[in-house]
Amino acid sequence: MGQITLNKVRKCFGEVEVIPPLDLEINDGEFVVFVGPSGCGKSTLLRLIAGLEDVSDGEIRIDGAEATDVPPAKRGLAMVFQSYALYPHMSVRKNIAFPLRMAGLDKAAQDKKVEEAARVLNLTDYLERKPGQLSGGQRQRVAIGRAIVREPAAFLFDEPLSNLDAALRVGMRLEISELHKRLATTMIYVTHDQVEAMTMADKIVVLRAGNIEQVGSPLELYRNPRNLFVAGFIGSPKMNFVNGQEAAKHDAHTIGIRPEHTQVSTEGGDWPGVVGVSEHLGSDTFFHVTCEGFADPLTVRAGGEVDLHYGDKVFLTPDAAHLHRFDKEGLRL
Amino acid sequence: MARAVPHKTKVFNTAVAGTIGFLMFFPILWILILSFKTEEDAIRAPFQVLFSSGWTMDSFATVQERSDYFKHFMNSVTISLGSTFLGLLIAIPAAWAMAFVPAKHTKDVLMWMLSTKMLPPVGVLVPIYLIFRDLGLLDTRVGLVFVLMMMNLPIIIWMLYTYFREIPGEILEAARMDGASLREEVLYVLTPMAVPGIASTVLLNIILSWNEAFWTLNLTAAKAAPLTAFIASYSSPEGLFYAKLSAASIMAIAPILIMGWFSQKQLVRGLTFGAVK
Repeated sequence: MGQITLNKVRKCFGEVEVIPPLDLEINDGEFVVFVGPSGCGKSTLLRLIAGLEDVSDGEIRIDGAEATDVPPAKRGLAMVFQSYALYPHMSVRKNIAFPLRMAGLDKAAQDKKVEEAARVLNLTDYLERKPGQLSGGQRQRVAIGRAIVREPAAFLFDEPLSNLDAALRVGMRLEISELHKRLATTMIYVTHDQVEAMTMADKIVVLRAGNIEQVGSPLELYRNPRNLFVAGFIGSPKMNFVNGQEAAKHDAHTIGIRPEHTQVSTEGGDWPGVVGVSEHLGSDTFFHVTCEGFADPLTVRAGGEVDLHYGDKVFLTPDAAHLHRFDKEGLRL
Repeated sequence: MARAVPHKTKVFNTAVAGTIGFLMFFPILWILILSFKTEEDAIRAPFQVLFSSGWTMDSFATVQERSDYFKHFMNSVTISLGSTFLGLLIAIPAAWAMAFVPAKHTKDVLMWMLSTKMLPPVGVLVPIYLIFRDLGLLDTRVGLVFVLMMMNLPIIIWMLYTYFREIPGEILEAARMDGASLREEVLYVLTPMAVPGIASTVLLNIILSWNEAFWTLNLTAAKAAPLTAFIASYSSPEGLFYAKLSAASIMAIAPILIMGWFSQKQLVRGLTFGAVK
């Protein structure tokens, strides 16, 4: 079981309130991702759940039981840190066995569990090595191994992939997702990378300045962002925003249109503009187009091999069905 | 780092450095030479001392006969090891607290501790002497262990604090998440990781306590007197018996010199721990 409930949880560091009173419900077996720009309080929130920081106000319940003042070791949660936080003086075997040793398991039971975890994580050949002799990805797997042997109620991941190179990150992302499917244990994952959030989460929690901006499934957030912040944060490349006259035509203060929901044509369309920088990704091409009367250039997506160049004249047509409208306060209309 | 230096400059620099090094080492070398001479030879003019024919171990024999070297040696060992380990028992938790759960005034506390080292010990000699007298601690090893531990505690705490600060807090948090109690966290994670730092702290403190003379001379008479008191006893009451004084000095400094020699690497590694990442 791994149901976590936050009730009016608040955190202050001295005079500074980093997390204003906040409610959140995490269901058993869910993969929840906390996402937001750096400094939004997502790691602090995770550390509050872990018990590594004291809650200033409010309560945390784990599986229905009050856990606000329970020390981290007694919460039944396991955490994977950004820096992996392996014990450098212990072998991989001893690292993974450490939580079991602390729990007082006998040697034989420890070995059995360590070997099982090592097998799942492809670490069997490295059990006698020290963390210093492993690559980044292997270290990450040891950290995950140390977490899974405890059979925790929930896993907490604090930006676990940010120290890995791009290729390895994609691989580990899949491994973690697969682990979640196999174990069906609650996972809470903190990241500033919205791609990680979109690809892994059952439920995304978008945070800004300690406030929850929106909670929902990746597609819900993509389709119906509650406000400008979520609209701009979820989706890559980010949504284009247009103010002023064009927005007024749609009875809104601001309209938003995603790059993938805009047609590019050289013959005719709603918004005439000039092509600036283009980014060719092979499968897609992104053009930055400066349109007359718009403050910022718009990003649009075209097919893989579109023959447009710097300075070419084009016309953009937003797909009306995917137009997002926002009021003066930035809230969805 | 290698860089081009003209050969002449190299020779000159080496000669200057060598000379300075020799001048600094010379007193110890001279003591060593004198300790193997007879008293008559020892008081001659320097060149005559060097070229006089007699080399003898008599002085060492006389010193051992007259005062019980082994007893003083054991006192030194007890006092320096005792004060160091007692100091560690207090300093490890203190340094842990200051490094990992610093409070608002932690820095001030650290500075205050360091400032006690700036106080001339003689300033507190009388009160400490009187307290020792009333508690019956004068001329006892327990008393010396205690007072030297107190004298060196600020240094032990400062050194350990610096080493502990180098250990990433996340590793200790990981231990906490893994179910380690505070005691287990310190015992199984923090201490093994800080071993190089703790080792050099121990070595430096053994050396400092071994060589400490002010308190050992003032608070002991015979029973608890360590080697510092043993050397001192050869200076005034015996007059200027250079050979015996030299022999006593060599016997007193030899153990710590040998230990220092063997632990040099560890000591330097510990003292520069974390300086280069």
